[in-house]
Order: sequence, then C-alpha cells, then structure tokens
Amino acid sequence: MTARAGNAALLEAVAISKRFGGLSALAEVSLAVARGEIFGLIGPNGAGKTTLFNVLTGLYAPDAGEFMFDGERLTGMKPYRVAACGIARTFQNIRLFANMSALENVMVGRHVRTRARVPGAVLRNAATRAEEREIASRAYELLDYVGIAGRAAQPAYGLAYGDQRRLEIARALATEPKLLALDEPAAGMNATERAELKRLLERIRASGVTLLLIEHDVRLVMGLCDRVAVLDYGRKIAEGVPLTVQHDPAVIDAYLGGALA
Amino acid sequence: MSDLAQWWKKIGRDRRVVWAATLALALLLVALPFVTDWAIGRTWVRIAAFVLLYIMLALGLNIVVGYAGLLDLGYVAFFAVGAYFYALLASPHFGLHLPFWLLLPAGAAVACGFGVLLGAPTLRLRGDYLAIVTLGFGEIIRIFLLNLNAPINITNGPQGVNLIDPIRLGDLSLGQTHTVLGFPFPAVYNYYYLFLALTFAVIFVSVRLEDSRIGRAWAAIREDEVAAAAMGINTRDMKLLAFAMGASFGGVSGGLFAGFQGFVSPESFTIIESIMILCMVVLGGMGHIPGVILGAVLLVVLPEALRYLGPLQQVLFGHVLADPADLRLLVFGLALILVMLLRPSGLWPSALRRRELAAGGGAAADGRA
Repeated sequence: MTARAGNAALLEAVAISKRFGGLSALAEVSLAVARGEIFGLIGPNGAGKTTLFNVLTGLYAPDAGEFMFDGERLTGMKPYRVAACGIARTFQNIRLFANMSALENVMVGRHVRTRARVPGAVLRNAATRAEEREIASRAYELLDYVGIAGRAAQPAYGLAYGDQRRLEIARALATEPKLLALDEPAAGMNATERAELKRLLERIRASGVTLLLIEHDVRLVMGLCDRVAVLDYGRKIAEGVPLTVQHDPAVIDAYLGGALA
Repeated sequence: MSDLAQWWKKIGRDRRVVWAATLALALLLVALPFVTDWAIGRTWVRIAAFVLLYIMLALGLNIVVGYAGLLDLGYVAFFAVGAYFYALLASPHFGLHLPFWLLLPAGAAVACGFGVLLGAPTLRLRGDYLAIVTLGFGEIIRIFLLNLNAPINITNGPQGVNLIDPIRLGDLSLGQTHTVLGFPFPAVYNYYYLFLALTFAVIFVSVRLEDSRIGRAWAAIREDEVAAAAMGINTRDMKLLAFAMGASFGGVSGGLFAGFQGFVSPESFTIIESIMILCMVVLGGMGHIPGVILGAVLLVVLPEALRYLGPLQQVLFGHVLADPADLRLLVFGLALILVMLLRPSGLWPSALRRRELAAGGGAAADGRA
C-alpha cells in the first residue's frame, strides 16, 4: 500500500466541529493523513483528541465538517460501517471483552470480514467450518504477531496491562484495517514495554497499515511519527514534522511554556 | 480435591466414557416416563413433560438474557403468542383445524415477528430501562388476549380457548393411547417423547449458535457494546436477531403447550411466568446451557415436590401444622434467596474459559471445529 502513497490522502478531515453544550470540543479541525504514514495527534488533556477519534469512528456525529476516507464519505456512518470501511481503533481506557479469552477477543475482530449467518452457524456446513478454522487460525496468528500467543486461552481481564493493550491492537488488526487509530497505546507502560510497542507499531506500518496515534509520551511520538498535529482547546494549532512542531511557539505555549522544549 | 478434579478431567476426555455416559443418559430419558409412572404416579410424567417445556422456554430466554445480555422481563409474551396461534388455528373456536407440522414452524415465525416488534423500539435501551419496557410488552400481550373478545371475538377473552386439537403427527394422534410392542403409551407419554425430541433440537441450536460467529458477536455486545460496534458488529441487527431467536423458541413451546393442555387462557401468561423463566436462567447460570437446564428442572420440580409438605407433616407430627400451600411458597422463596446468596453466579455457571490450547493455531482451530 505504501507504493500508492504520496498522491491522495487516505484520511481527510475537513473542518470538523463538535460541541457539547457550551463547550467547543472541536472547532473546524482539518487534517490529512497520507497512506502508509504514522500520524501523531498530540495536545494537552482535554484538547479534543479523543473526541476527534470518536467522531471519526462514528461514535459521535460531528456538528459540522466531514471525513473522507479512501474516497468515501464517513460522516454519519454508524461505527460498524466505519469499521467495515477499514478503520479500526483502540480505546484510551481499554475496552476489551473482559470475560472472553484473548483468542476470542481477536476472533470477534474477524466478524466484519466473515459472513456465517444463523443457518450456517446451526448446520455448520463445510463453508462455515472452513470459515471458523480461518477465524481461529488468523486470530492466533495475530496474537502471535503482537507477542501474546502464550496467553490465548486466558480471559482478557486476567492479562497484564501491557498485554491488554497489545490484545486491543491484535483485535483491531483482525478487522483488516487500512487505518489503525490508537488512543494512547503506551499509557501505563514502562520503558521496556514502550520500546517493544514502538517496534510493533513500526512493523504494523511496514505491513501497509496507516497509523493515527494519540499519544502523550513525547519521546515515543517524536521517534515514531512522520507528522504530528497539535490540538489545543479543540483547535489545531500546529501541524508538521515532529522536529518543527516541537519548536513551534504556539505549541510550547500550549504545553505551559516549555514542557516540550 | 485436585486429584478428584484431575480424575474427572481424565475420564471426561476418554471417548468410551463419554459414549457410555451418553448412552446411559439416553436410556434414562427414554425410560423416564415408565419408571416415574410406576414409582410415583402419572402426575409426575406430566410434570416431566412440563420440565421439558420449560427447558425450551428457558433456553430461548437464555439467548436474549444469557448470550446477548438483554434483560427481558416479558418473555412469556412469546409463549402466549405461540400458544394462542396454535389454539386459534386448531380448535373449534374458528372451526379451523390446521395440521401441527404447519403450525409449529408458522408459530415460531409469528413469535419471531413479535420478537422483532419488541426488539425494534428497545434497541437504544439498556439494563433497567430495557427491563421496564419488556415488562410492559409482556403485559400488553396478556391484556390484548384478555380483551380481544369484543367487538369481534378473536381470543375469547378471559374464558380462553377450549377443545384445542391434540397434536397429531401424520395419522398419529398424541392425544390417544397407543400400544407398541405390548407397551401402552398413554397421551402424556407421547407428549413427553415429542417434547424430549424438540428439547434436544433446541439444545442443539443453542449450542451451535453459542459457538459461532453469531454467538461471539452476542457475547461481545454483552461485554461491551461500544467496543463491539467499533469492531464492526452491527449491534442493531444482532440484538434483533437475539430477540427473534429467543422469541421463536418461546413460540414453539407455546404451540406445544396449547396442544398438550387442550386449553389456553390469558391466566397462564402472567408476569409471574416471565419471572419464573428468568429465575431458571439466572439461578442455573446465565449463558451456560447445562446450568439453564438444571435451573428449569429445579424450578419446575421443586414447587411440585413441596406439595408433599402436607403429607410429610401428617407423618411426622400426626397432623398438619401449617397449610402446605403457604409453606410451599415460603420454602421455595427461601431456597431462591439461599441460592442467590451462596452462588450468586448460578448453580452451574460456565467454567471460566480454561480452554487448553495444546500448541499452535492449528490446534486452536481444530478444537473449535
């Protein structure tokens, strides 16, 4: 997919606005994510990053503006349709299916790319059996890919925090996304885990998936992202390569005078 | 204790032991009417048939409550729809006598439609709010049945529908005694065997649905609806499907009930019935088929068995101290409270996924196939 990079953006947000009562969570935010890149979304707490994710994935309807994704208008689509279009996400406060096993969590991710209905499920004909085998083996591969194959049978709630984050990524990858949207994937991770995560995300990008990433850990963002956009009070105050953005006065100001500098 | 558990695990994997156990269970179930009739009387064969009927109902509700996690307090409405559908089309009430093989699937389909009818407006509701709406729905159906005798008499109101045709399979009427190989098979035996067959069909469908793409989608919705939707599950369709599937089981049971009883009236479909069916699911172990079956067996058998409290007092004290009818409900209520206190997740909850993945994805896949 990286071969096609350069020309059209994979994801384009055009003047997205979202208000909650009197609070303007997003004010005419526009950005474009190119195919194959790792795009970082940063900003202080409450800047509107997660809101942007929620609007993007159909959880909220925007008050104005629209998202174009791979030539399609996403605006107004239900979350499941957005997932079918090729956007998968993880959540800031991990939202796994806690009582299901790690493997089953990832198998759920295959739902959108498989088709067995009630008659197939009940009769378990050859096609359904083949599909079930494909679902399970693909799910197992993905667990292996993120490095937690050994935990396949464990219920999700029993996994270590870092493993839960990986499991969320594996589950999202199971939907075969073109764009993987990660909401603070490194939150709560120690230095070793962060380094492993960085390698994992680079591998995912190398496999042709575009990454959109909300992250607080500045070193991770700077080391990983091709470009970043900075949100503050719902407005985009900067966009560009990490090094430039890092020295942008508006950004330094937003982060209380020099946390980034 | 762990030795016992290991031993249990070991013999559970032995194919011969599994076959022997299955065979023993099958023989037991086939012989049950004869043994019960001989040992404790024909009433108990009738109760056994009711146990099977309630297993079907509880497994239907289990799809909605146990699999999809949608609390439904009006489930008996679908039972009522199935029962009246059969009653009205196979009785002198309208002079229609349609055959059972047609009415059974049609009744399931009609109940299915009612399931969608209930499901559609409640899609945005969760938990308590959903429970209240479903409760109302259950009552609406009952009150309709009670009042649809004027201006046009459709349901015959509180008198109910009488003289419903017994279930007939081809030329074989289940309402008569048949003699096979010298053994007499009275009506209640015939119904028992029919219910037994259909109960196995319902269990089969439940098992297959649970371990499928659909079952996983339901479980995901139950666990976290937002995450399920973000993973590409059409939560609206999947919830409607759960309501429809659950309702169709209720519709089938209703048709069987009408044919078995020969009489239906709105009185059989009160809120208490819904609560009882829900109790079977919760008490046994939500979402776990053996648990739900156990719940249904206990909640049908226990109230009946407690009728013997009167004679028991006679034997123990020489006279009846407390009215057995009152005592029965008291003991029953106490038993429910105790179970919920001591085993809050049900008598037989599903063992928390300790699936053994011996090695590799291939093994995982084969284990599920």
